[in-house]
Amino acid sequence: MTLEAAVALTLGTLDLDVELAIPDGEVVALLGPNGAGKTTLLKAIAGLVPLARGSVRLDGVTLEDTASNDFVPTERRPIGVVFQEYLLFPHMSARDNVAFGLTSRGTRPREARAAATEWLERVGVAAHAEARPAQLSGGERQRVALARALATDPRLLLLDEPLAALDVTARAEVRRDLKRHLSSFRGTRLLITHDPLEAVMLADRLVVMEAGRIVQSGSPADIAEHPRSRYVADLVGVNLFRGEADHGSVNTAEGQTLAAAGAASGEVFAVIHPRAVALHRQRPEGSPRNVWAGRADAIELIGNRARVRVLGRLPLVAEVTPAALADLRLVEGSEVWISFKATDVSIYPA
Amino acid sequence: MPVFIGLLAAMGAVFFLLPLAGLVVRTPWADALAELAAPETLEALRLSLVASFSATALALLMGVPLAWVYARIEFPGRSLLRALTTLPMVLPPVVGGIALLLAFGRRGLVGGWLDSSFGITLPFTTAGAVMAETFVAMPFLVLTVEAGLRTMDRRYEEAARTLGAGRWTVFSRVTMPLIAPSLVAGAVLCWARALGEFGATITFAGNFPGVTQTMPLAVYLLLETNPEASFVLSLVLLCVSVGVLAGLRHRWLGSV
Repeated sequence: MTLEAAVALTLGTLDLDVELAIPDGEVVALLGPNGAGKTTLLKAIAGLVPLARGSVRLDGVTLEDTASNDFVPTERRPIGVVFQEYLLFPHMSARDNVAFGLTSRGTRPREARAAATEWLERVGVAAHAEARPAQLSGGERQRVALARALATDPRLLLLDEPLAALDVTARAEVRRDLKRHLSSFRGTRLLITHDPLEAVMLADRLVVMEAGRIVQSGSPADIAEHPRSRYVADLVGVNLFRGEADHGSVNTAEGQTLAAAGAASGEVFAVIHPRAVALHRQRPEGSPRNVWAGRADAIELIGNRARVRVLGRLPLVAEVTPAALADLRLVEGSEVWISFKATDVSIYPA
Repeated sequence: MPVFIGLLAAMGAVFFLLPLAGLVVRTPWADALAELAAPETLEALRLSLVASFSATALALLMGVPLAWVYARIEFPGRSLLRALTTLPMVLPPVVGGIALLLAFGRRGLVGGWLDSSFGITLPFTTAGAVMAETFVAMPFLVLTVEAGLRTMDRRYEEAARTLGAGRWTVFSRVTMPLIAPSLVAGAVLCWARALGEFGATITFAGNFPGVTQTMPLAVYLLLETNPEASFVLSLVLLCVSVGVLAGLRHRWLGSV
């Protein structure tokens, strides 16, 4: 079961140009900011938005190819989609929603209803078979939507923000069940999310999209360790700079120089973990090679950590304990010195 | 509130309320049932119901597809076509009747051909009355349904297609149920307009008791011969209008 998609199209201000392959047995999460084109890519794969150029192949079968003018309309593609906000038909019961795909594909109503009942049992909402979507909780709606997408036995399952519509309390449980259904589904699975936690918990591989392009793809660990864009760096909470390495230093795109260990050269990314950045009231003396003065711009408390954004030669986030914050008598707007060691600057090719 | 605005507003309100009051006060309530049960009154009532419901059915049959085309399909001249098919809403009905005669009358554009080829004569028949009512009332349905189609969340249609539904299944099982409120409102509006139709009907279909003499026509003619009966019929039509307004109040007047 594989999906190979090469999608190029423009829609409004979005210019989408993406190649994506999902091999056997891999759950892929498409991660990116709003407006990156994630939903449009999903719709293009589903045949709801025509390609300007490119092709979509599933298990070797061509669903669309602009070069050969092949186009299989949405209703004949073997896909199941869980939409953002689920889009359950409000005028039908939960069971009729699930049976809809079967009757649309020619199953007799009686058999379709029986199969729908089975699916509702499998996702744990059989008790609400007769309820209208408006009478269901968010978690129940999500389960009905999943059952509806799976009931037609698709070979490709597409999920667009399947948990975004849920409140925090329902999310953990629904996510656990979703993970179970995802792993028991024998087909290709593609999930859209803007929540990195969700992506890491549900997917084997992350594909990061920004402004209609794929900017990075890899395992969650790999992406956390080697972010390749400001968006990803913000997601995983590290400081990222791009620049030219020159034997022990990096000349950043901002025109500043970072002292960095190692003899790399050429275009590189430099990552500095916020925990490696120390804050001082006066100019520190000692071994750290990177030292400059700045102003605390924003202070955020996360758990038992304080994240301080310091504007100076380069904007940096430092992570310290609240106690340290109190010792430094640091408030937003305070002058502060920062330091970090050259060995805490990790460098990899851009 | 400035005094003169309040004064003019009061005049405006009274201007509407006085005639209604007149109708209610002057209706011979004691004889109302007897007048209603008179054969010619019953005949007009029956014909009005038959014609207005037939017109509504025709309008649904042709108007819903027309609204769907306007809302979903882009083609050159769409705005012009929509404007032309909306024209009967503002056209003097008598002009509509003349236009119908020139198209479907015996010497009309297609009327002669219909007559000679199929022996179908439309003017001055009950079918003609239905046509006249449809002509005048259908735009109300088309506009209401088109607005419903334009404001509905089309992602439900996309969801249906991913589930394997072809265009007809999407239309009948998803689109139509989702715009049901607009369908009902459009049909009621259309029916009320058809029920009250006068000018186009009398011009195109004439005024033959039992064939084309609907209630508004009967009201007008009875005013000369039997004013009491005409008042009673008017009151019946007023009650229908109040009923329609009450039924559609959430749509038009907010939640009053």
